[in-house]
Amino acid sequence: MEPVIRITGLSKTYKSGFAALRNIDLEIRRGEIFALLGPNGAGKTTLISVICGIVNPTTGTVLADGHDIVRDYRASRSAIGLVPQELSTDAFETVWATVNFSRGLFGKPRDHALVEKILRDLSLWDKKDSKIMTLSGGMKRRVMIAKALSHEPSILFLDEPTAGVDVELRRDMWNLVRGLRERGTTIILTTHYIEEAEEMADRIGVISKGELILVEDKTQLMRKLGKKQLTLQLQAPLAAIPAELAGYPLELSADGQELVYTFDTQGEHTGIAGLLRRLTDHGIDFKDLHSSESSLEEIFVSLVRTNA
Amino acid sequence: MNLHAIRAIYRFEMARTGRTLMQSIASPVLSTSLYFIVFGAAIGSRMGEVDGVHYGAFIIPGLIMLTLLTESISNASFGIYLPKWSGTIYELLSAPVSWIEVVIGYVGAAATKSVILGLLILVTARFFVAYEIAHPFWMVGFLALTAVTFSLFGFIIGIWADGFEKLQVIPLMIVTPLTFLGGSFYSINMLPPLWQKIALFNPVVYLVSGFRWSFYGVSDVNAALSFGMTCAFLAVCLFAVWWIFRTGYKLRN
Repeated sequence: MEPVIRITGLSKTYKSGFAALRNIDLEIRRGEIFALLGPNGAGKTTLISVICGIVNPTTGTVLADGHDIVRDYRASRSAIGLVPQELSTDAFETVWATVNFSRGLFGKPRDHALVEKILRDLSLWDKKDSKIMTLSGGMKRRVMIAKALSHEPSILFLDEPTAGVDVELRRDMWNLVRGLRERGTTIILTTHYIEEAEEMADRIGVISKGELILVEDKTQLMRKLGKKQLTLQLQAPLAAIPAELAGYPLELSADGQELVYTFDTQGEHTGIAGLLRRLTDHGIDFKDLHSSESSLEEIFVSLVRTNA
Repeated sequence: MNLHAIRAIYRFEMARTGRTLMQSIASPVLSTSLYFIVFGAAIGSRMGEVDGVHYGAFIIPGLIMLTLLTESISNASFGIYLPKWSGTIYELLSAPVSWIEVVIGYVGAAATKSVILGLLILVTARFFVAYEIAHPFWMVGFLALTAVTFSLFGFIIGIWADGFEKLQVIPLMIVTPLTFLGGSFYSINMLPPLWQKIALFNPVVYLVSGFRWSFYGVSDVNAALSFGMTCAFLAVCLFAVWWIFRTGYKLRN
């Protein structure tokens, strides 16, 4: 099936010389939920901004819903709804006015029934006559989502939708996303939180320093992310890992003080008990041990390192 | 053409005017009334006629132009600067609209407000001095043309400005002096010969002169030339806006 978004050789270099995006190639499938992960400043927002027409690309092409975002911007932008990361709203407008404004801006005739439905779905209906400035941060975010949905886009971008959002809104947001997906809307979201991607996404892309370093099905990626490490602090430093333990995925720190064992959380047997027995058998004594799950940040760092 | 978008922007901007009715409409009308009291009634009664027109009546076109220029610029520049400042510009930039629709929406609303203001001042002036309008059609024409041209100019300033200070600097440092020196309160024929020549480089001279011609049939420079110069400035502004949207200058970088 024709991808709903096709990005080819996309780069963005700002006037300052900062390369925010480097040669990105990416295809988003129609109807999927795609999570774009990456540390701060990785280029997630720039990528979204280029696709939505907010930032001009330096090189490369993007097709959204089959239309070139530069040559045929009217068609491509009509298909896209965007909820940006920053809470940028008008202050003095009412909720009702601002959502209807968005629909008009995107070239759609008035449809009060539809706007009412959107506001009701987002629990905003009783606030429709309130000025936006009187709303809480969470409510303002709902307003921004309502604005993005007002022209019935087939592609929805959610840039950090749950950053600084309370539990209730978060849950509502996921219900909304699921509902939209059932109706065939493609959803691209960026996030810091791995659980979020884990919960929602079909596929995951990792971006770092402007490069797309990995695109994978969620289930496959979760297997990678599911790695845990057991660190043993040794009583006496080791010169090398004993040959008898070569079968274990062990790493020795440079000073020989720490032994790191990497294992898979998804596996039936972690092998920890066996390893510890073998260590005792070989007289390798340890004074402390702790296990840790590699954080997303660490995974990024290691991915970038292997990439560089 | 995305007509829904034009309507949405236009209504949004007019709603903004409606919310700030006091400062948008009342304050310019009040300040112009003060000019009429001081220059028209108090000082004007001691002044001779200029070009055969009573001084109080003579300054009406100039005063309207003065307000029209300042208000068009400030209104349109704020209109586009505010979304830039608050961040809501993202929506405009991601919308399926061309520069033409954006300009018609924003500049149209700013110019509408200026024309309303100009007509209000004209009505207000009636309470202080008697005047007649020789060419009403051209009067409205000059009013609308100037409002559109300078709203467009203000729109460009609003895009160019990246702080509230910059927003004020051109109106304050360039437009206000040019208006005061552009013959709002006097005929440039009253200036020494050298300054008459220099004054011809001031675009406001043409605006005020043409506008005054539409009232009293007299002018410092030929009315056709006035009209031509205003249109030329409009063309320059249109080109600038086209270029801004084409390159994304200060908008899509």
